[in-house]
Amino acid sequence: MSHAVAAPLSGATAIPAVEIPTVDLRELAPWALFFGLLSVLVVFFVSIDQGAVSLFAGTAVHEWVHDGRHLLGYPCH
Amino acid sequence: MNARTFLVRGLLAGLIAGIVAFGVAFTVGEPPIDTAIGLEEAAAAEVPAESGADEVHTHAEGDGDHTHAAAATEEGHAHSHGDEEEGGITRTTQKTWGLATATIAIGVALGGIIALIAAAVAGRLGRLTIVGSTALVTALGFVAYALVPFLKYPAAPPAVGSGDTIGSRTAYYFAFALISIVAMVATVFLGRWLAAARGAWTGVVVAGVAYVIVVAVAALAMPTVNELGAFPADVLWEFRISSVLTLAALWGALGVALTWLLGRVDTTAKAVV
Repeated sequence: MSHAVAAPLSGATAIPAVEIPTVDLRELAPWALFFGLLSVLVVFFVSIDQGAVSLFAGTAVHEWVHDGRHLLGYPCH
Repeated sequence: MNARTFLVRGLLAGLIAGIVAFGVAFTVGEPPIDTAIGLEEAAAAEVPAESGADEVHTHAEGDGDHTHAAAATEEGHAHSHGDEEEGGITRTTQKTWGLATATIAIGVALGGIIALIAAAVAGRLGRLTIVGSTALVTALGFVAYALVPFLKYPAAPPAVGSGDTIGSRTAYYFAFALISIVAMVATVFLGRWLAAARGAWTGVVVAGVAYVIVVAVAALAMPTVNELGAFPADVLWEFRISSVLTLAALWGALGVALTWLLGRVDTTAKAVV
């Protein structure tokens, strides 16, 4: 990204820009990909599994997270 | 500041948020859930096992499709919400360890994701500090993934919702949530570009209005779900308020904890440099 530094706002009242540290996006990408996939899996098990779609047979996962599924707003039965 | 700095704090903040959300959900959310389950059981008890099966929403056991229970159970007590064990899980377990598992798992997952997004935007949103941009990411995340989906497809208590429509309802919910999230990401890019070109006020207002228009059009275009039937309005209201409070507690605690943890890093880094 070209805007590594705070975007310059032109104007008479230019405050001396404080350097805000940024994170290299290339360094961030594998973390984001891996953890993103992991999070999708977690959300799937809490929100959907043994409801609309079943990855595991049975209802144990569904029953275990049942109240959370309702209260966190996911469609549940 | 690197990816690890953010992710570790995000996971910790997510854990805290999950525990806080559990406290709120257990305190304000469980009473209406218990009431709803009581209504469900009362309705099931009145209905003959055969004819009533399609009317009564159930947690049919031993059936991965989660269909109505009359086919699966014999006593006509067509669901698993009672205090008797079903699949080895009692109501007491559901409302304590089960609920805590759900809120903490979601909290940690969201905490990690939000932290990594905060890492990506840190120093790249105008003059916002790391704490400021992280707070913004959390707030926009709440709007995009909790509040807006709730407004279109609000949480439904036990006893509401047919097992026959769980597939379509799930698809609608996540499709709408996805539209909302994608629109929010696009909004931030638009706002950032406009803020640089035309000033912060224009950027924030135009981008914000654009997001509202996109999700409003999507909400109007997508099907409405209404399977409430004769479910009592007071219990529904109490349940939905408690659901919003749970989500707000989750995201609020996440934002507070994450910005606090990152703020400590921020100041330490400055002091060293």
